[in-house]
Amino acid sequence: MEPTVDILKDLHYRMLRIRLFEEAAGRLFEGNKMPGFLHLYVGQEAVAAGVCVAMRDDDQVSSTHRGHGHLVAKGGDLNKMMAELMGKADGYCNGKGGSMHICDLDLNMLGANGIVGGGTPIAVGAGFANKYKGNDTVSVAFFGDGSTNIGAFHEAINMAAALRLPVLFVCENNEYGEYTRRDKVMAINDVVDRAAGYGIPGVIVDGMDAVAVYEAAVEGLARARRGEGPTFIEAKTYRYYNHHGVQTLGMKYRTDEEVDAWKAKDCIEGFERRVTEAGLISADELAAVRVELEAEVEAAVEFGENSPLPEVSTLLTDVYTEVSR
Amino acid sequence: MTAAADPVGATPMNMLSAINHTLHREMARDDRVIVFGEDVAKSGGVFRATDGLQAEFGATRVVDMPLAEGVIIGSAVGLAASGMVPVPEIQFLGFAYQAFHQIAGQLARLRYRTDGRLNAAVTVRAPFGGGVRTPELHSEAIESQLANIPGLKIAMPASAADAKGLLATAIRDPDPVMFLEPLRGYRAVSDPVPDGDHLVPFGEARTVSEGDDLVIIAWSYMVEIARQAADRLRTEGVSVQVLDLRTIVPLDVEAIAAAVERCGRVVVVQEAPETCGFASEVIATINDEAFYSLEAPVARVSGYDHPYPVGMLEDDYVPSVERVLAAVRRTLEMAP
Repeated sequence: MEPTVDILKDLHYRMLRIRLFEEAAGRLFEGNKMPGFLHLYVGQEAVAAGVCVAMRDDDQVSSTHRGHGHLVAKGGDLNKMMAELMGKADGYCNGKGGSMHICDLDLNMLGANGIVGGGTPIAVGAGFANKYKGNDTVSVAFFGDGSTNIGAFHEAINMAAALRLPVLFVCENNEYGEYTRRDKVMAINDVVDRAAGYGIPGVIVDGMDAVAVYEAAVEGLARARRGEGPTFIEAKTYRYYNHHGVQTLGMKYRTDEEVDAWKAKDCIEGFERRVTEAGLISADELAAVRVELEAEVEAAVEFGENSPLPEVSTLLTDVYTEVSR
Repeated sequence: MTAAADPVGATPMNMLSAINHTLHREMARDDRVIVFGEDVAKSGGVFRATDGLQAEFGATRVVDMPLAEGVIIGSAVGLAASGMVPVPEIQFLGFAYQAFHQIAGQLARLRYRTDGRLNAAVTVRAPFGGGVRTPELHSEAIESQLANIPGLKIAMPASAADAKGLLATAIRDPDPVMFLEPLRGYRAVSDPVPDGDHLVPFGEARTVSEGDDLVIIAWSYMVEIARQAADRLRTEGVSVQVLDLRTIVPLDVEAIAAAVERCGRVVVVQEAPETCGFASEVIATINDEAFYSLEAPVARVSGYDHPYPVGMLEDDYVPSVERVLAAVRRTLEMAP
């Protein structure tokens, strides 16, 4: 479906909101202001934005260890996100979830997940619930190329296909599982080849092009809503920073030339160039959005920094609904 | 202590019938309850525990799943996150190894890492235990491995009445519950089951037989072995209490301490291998809570530290009445 100008603006807004949030998070991490691990989404923004713009608010998302982008694209509160990344009490999960378990149920974002492949069964379970409830809500599983090598992924997608559950599978193929190139651990070039083995349709899209992702997602979501079962979208994309952090570990597992070649296809720069050249959105309007988002991100950093650490007593809360034993 | 909210009477049934009866009742009571697993729907389960559910509640609520334990548990997490009350079955508890990545990595910690924003109100039913000639992975008792995962509750009924009362409590509990059913007791254990609504609270042990010379602490089918041993000892003039823990998480620490304080001598019986079995946790609890009441070291009767044996050798592996009697006699002979 050809996107309207409003949709183009929305795609741009969500991509840029992710980018600026992640860049700020990366700076904080490199400045030792964040505990734990930080898996940045920079480079892949067109995927989260393209899919989430095509989704309805009641549609659900299960995410990955690289999950900030999905929550931002779902409309996440940057203050609560930044505080959560910093392990602070005002974060989405009171600082107990951190970067890899960030979630917002009000936005039907069921959570990032610390385990590769961990989120996919959850999206399938949500689809199972939607089918039982008889609504036309769709759950979307975001996952990477690496997760398709994991047993849980196979079990989940097979079940969704067999039961024709309303689930959209979105593979973000960024060509690396941690620090190992995809083709070293997978004997196929296109991850989408796997869809045929489950008897579901699969499509490849340019994951650096938010419009292409959006159009594929519209199709896949509509198909699921019609009760025709899951669709597999492979978005070819790339992460600019390391598996974790910005330059953390400093390992040379890919060349500068390769990174530069992908950056030349940057999803935001390319998008801005195309829409201004086509006269669809003015450069001034794009610049104004950037100013607005920069202020939002700056405020989020301040919010996170000012938020207190969680009380030590919260270590024992919410293991169970009530403290027993 | 059994809380019968609606004590209109009781009907004798075996554990399997009690479980099936309770699933019917809970599905009728709450339309968010959904049952799924391997062969549970059309066939009613390999032990018939889910017999008749699909006929009564339909194919969207009672669902046959792929032979894929990972997604059986993993999808339960997503169902619970969507407000449903999933009651998946793992066909044999040993198959849960194939789902540990979901049980330990997702199910148990969903609430904690979302700071209470999400509950995993999931009841995982799984039969386990030896004595019925099923081979290794179909028999083993792995409750202590599960008990070492914070976030899970673990119910292990030993009677048909408790099978009903604990299962109903489990399904209505907002936390994930591993509901472990003794294969050997499915048909062999039969007792009056309260009619109507019957809930047994978690964390309240049950005294199966009274006594004050020694207490045997057990759970699941080992309670039946302990009871038989206690009956035998009674004919010899030895008064033995049998304490059924009912749930190992939460654990009724007060009941354990009170029994040890009264009896002074303790035998703990478990079906699992000895090392790091739940008996070790019971003994550590006794050390913490009632050490100075002990008149003899606490004895353990366990399976042995090897993989579950096949065939007839399981009779030598699973604790028997004779082995329990021997442990009781050794413990009674020790001078305080």
